[in-house]
Amino acid sequence: MTNFVDVCALSDINLDTGVCALVDGKQVAIFRPAASGELFAIDNYDPIGKANVLSRGLVSDVKGHLTVASPLYKQHYCLADGRCLEEDVSIPTYQVKLEGERVLVAV
Amino acid sequence: MTTKQKLVVIGNGMVGHKFLESMVDLEQASQYEITVLCEEPRPAYDRVYLSSYFSGKTAEDLSLVSEGFFEKNNINLKLNCKAVSFDRDAQTITTEAGETLPYDKLILATGSYPFVPPVPGHDRKNCLVYRTIEDLEDITEAAKNSKVGVVVGGGLLGLEAAKALKDLGLKTHVVEFAPRLMAVQVDDAGGALLKSKIEELGVKVHTSKNTQNISDGDECVHKMEFADGESLETDLILFSAGIRPHDALAREAGIELGPRGGIQINNFCQTSDDNVYAIGECALWGGMIYGLVAPGYNMAKVAAQHITGAGSDVFEGADMSTKLKLMGVDVASIGDCHARSEGALSYAYTDEVNQVYKKIVVSADKKLLLGAVMVGDAEDYGNLLQMMLNDIELPEKPEALILPSLDGAAKPALGPDALPDTAQICSCYSVSKGDICCSVQNGAQTIGDIKADTQAATGCGGCTALVTQVMNSELTKLGVEVNTDICEHFKYTRQDLYSIIRVEGIKSFAELLEKHGTGHGCEICKPAVGSILASVWNDYVLDDKHISLQDTNDIFLGNMQKDGTYSVVPRMAGGEVTPEGLIAIGQIAKDYGLYTKLTGGQRVDMFGAQLHQLPDIWNRLIEAGFETGHAYGKALRTVKSCVGSTWCRYGVDDSVGLAVELENRYKGLRAPHKMKMAVSGCTRECAEAQSKDVGVIATENGWNLYVCGNGGMKPRHTDLLATDLDKETLIKYIDRFWMFYIKTADRLQRTSVWMDNLEGGIDYLKEVIVEDKLGLGEELEAQMAAVIGTYQCEWKTTVNNPERLKRFKHFINADKTDDNIKFVKERGQIRPASEDERVNAEDLIAVG
Repeated sequence: MTNFVDVCALSDINLDTGVCALVDGKQVAIFRPAASGELFAIDNYDPIGKANVLSRGLVSDVKGHLTVASPLYKQHYCLADGRCLEEDVSIPTYQVKLEGERVLVAV
Repeated sequence: MTTKQKLVVIGNGMVGHKFLESMVDLEQASQYEITVLCEEPRPAYDRVYLSSYFSGKTAEDLSLVSEGFFEKNNINLKLNCKAVSFDRDAQTITTEAGETLPYDKLILATGSYPFVPPVPGHDRKNCLVYRTIEDLEDITEAAKNSKVGVVVGGGLLGLEAAKALKDLGLKTHVVEFAPRLMAVQVDDAGGALLKSKIEELGVKVHTSKNTQNISDGDECVHKMEFADGESLETDLILFSAGIRPHDALAREAGIELGPRGGIQINNFCQTSDDNVYAIGECALWGGMIYGLVAPGYNMAKVAAQHITGAGSDVFEGADMSTKLKLMGVDVASIGDCHARSEGALSYAYTDEVNQVYKKIVVSADKKLLLGAVMVGDAEDYGNLLQMMLNDIELPEKPEALILPSLDGAAKPALGPDALPDTAQICSCYSVSKGDICCSVQNGAQTIGDIKADTQAATGCGGCTALVTQVMNSELTKLGVEVNTDICEHFKYTRQDLYSIIRVEGIKSFAELLEKHGTGHGCEICKPAVGSILASVWNDYVLDDKHISLQDTNDIFLGNMQKDGTYSVVPRMAGGEVTPEGLIAIGQIAKDYGLYTKLTGGQRVDMFGAQLHQLPDIWNRLIEAGFETGHAYGKALRTVKSCVGSTWCRYGVDDSVGLAVELENRYKGLRAPHKMKMAVSGCTRECAEAQSKDVGVIATENGWNLYVCGNGGMKPRHTDLLATDLDKETLIKYIDRFWMFYIKTADRLQRTSVWMDNLEGGIDYLKEVIVEDKLGLGEELEAQMAAVIGTYQCEWKTTVNNPERLKRFKHFINADKTDDNIKFVKERGQIRPASEDERVNAEDLIAVG
């Protein structure tokens, strides 16, 4: 059974930016793009820059793909499926949902 | 193995050096053992820009020799080595030191010397000439004890020399034998206008003056007496009354000279001895000595090709048309400007209000342009020159070419398509239309690309407009749409967006996107718009509506390092810091276990701070009196300074005081890229101001302002924008400069590249900033005043706002820290652990 964990209020995430949450020992980057009403959750670890920084990246629309640009070397990771647009790597994605004003994540 | 041919070049001036460059470009060069005899103590330098020595350029700046040129090409350069004779039968050269050198081929590139009229007294003390760097040193020395200076000769070089004397602070006169200035290049009407313009600039011009005697003066060192009975007193005399070819060596060797001197050459630049060539100002071709550098360069190429057999170019004379800026006055002369051709007709236009004079000379049938003169406005030069050189048929009413366009009717301009591929567009570097088109075909898309690729427009710059037209036309033909859109979300350039935001009063990215964009924005347009909004409205950058625009560093007001930690840089204006401040920084760094290092901008950088530590660290820094240093922003970084007149034995003015004032004035100003400044207290330039975007150097007469330099990957020295400024004017110009840069530069474009892409370069900047030609001055100053008036320390605002501080922790839902951050010790401080070291857990330092 999917175990959703309450991590923060929606208002804790500035519109069009991300935050990082610790869920079951995993670092999860949660984004709140201005472009859609949806939230997205991906792994916080940048496998190219080798650091836990993706939540601090800039939300970027690349030809219709909603991505985050790594704050280290600017590769784009798709928020929907974790795929990197420049390199042949992919990062895990997680389930995230909004209940009322609360943000819940499952890993 | 065949023995190499011995090739000896006498002279390493501009043309002599061009010959060497032409030789080593040829494959056949390897068959020659090349020796160069140079009488001067240094190898080739740029004599065309000699006067820039007085506005701050050094002998090294003027050098034409690329690094390691002689070594790389195995050329034996002998400096301070004067050739005194050569023997054509033995094929040997004798030097002043008594050495004998054999040659197979000999190149005479001995140049010319200034003609000093044999007036009694011409050899008195402080009677000098203007040709070499040594001459300039003598002039500088003599000027120190002089109040008045006279230049004898009102030609091109004479007026350059007059500018030099004026720059040295002397009351300057020009004495000319002919009835007008620049007698060769301009006519009476043009000469008269030139005279009045130059006199407006504070140089007194005396024409029709025949100097008869120079003797002791009453008020000054010398008294010059003229044939008309008048006299003039002066402390220093510079002779610039024409040049004479250095042909004595050839004469003594029995080589044929012209009746009035000059070494006779044929179309291959060979003298009457097949093994001896002459090039440049010592050579005489078709009865002419060519005193310009472009024909000399051409001769150098022709000679190199002929000697090696690598090509079959010939020298068949050269066009002597010229365009220059003399003391800020545009002067141009094309072809037969005196209408001496048979049946030639002229059209002239005089505008006494705006002080412009233009004349064209056309053929009897009014079909072809033969020549032109322009004073005060030489913008038409490129067009007219091409018309003449390429025999392009004139429009029905040729006068339209020089008349101002009334009722907005377009001038008959020469489209670049009318030119043949062989048309020489840049005569300084012999770049043809074909060369420019070829460069575009190979990918060049900006004038900066063309300059880097072909050198076109990097000499006198007179062809910049035409080069741009040719480039644009070729780009269109290739179907290359030069896409200057900032990104897929905005069909605008950064400059467009800047204007839109300012004019429409747009205050947020969302508003701009809704009105003028598509999609949702990306990491290109968001930070660019964030930066423009900050430059224009100067709101707090972490405000709700701006925060998502901020790039990696701005968004947490720190510089992110490779492991996701940050470095922290408090501002130390001018590099000045109290002992208490240093102790506070030391204590904070120690308490948080940070690595400390001094930056190039004279301040302290603290590394290894984790996100959650930033607010605490800044609380303590602010308590100790520090402000944010904006090291994370595309913003003003530092104003570096030397210690200046306060302490230094050589200091001329208070560089630290000015640096502190400037840094506090411009701190927080955001721009297309980072901005660096420096102030030096004297010309020893210890603050390295000439490598900054804006550099200021103290002189005895005020501040000199330099702009558009940078260090980094492609280092570039500054250009001089204005001299001898009082502080108020200096600050006014810097205000205008920064705002004009912010208004017009591309995203992430440093000032040097920005200037390279401005048509007109530094001269254009002078017109905009100093002369206020666009009438933008007050507006730019007001915009700067608005930014300065709304400054806030972003960190102070942040630490005082608990809502803002929520973001400054690694996890939104836990107080833990990132367990991936690992340090080890090196030289007594922390650094990020390498991947191997992470495995070796015992060396790691616990963080938290």
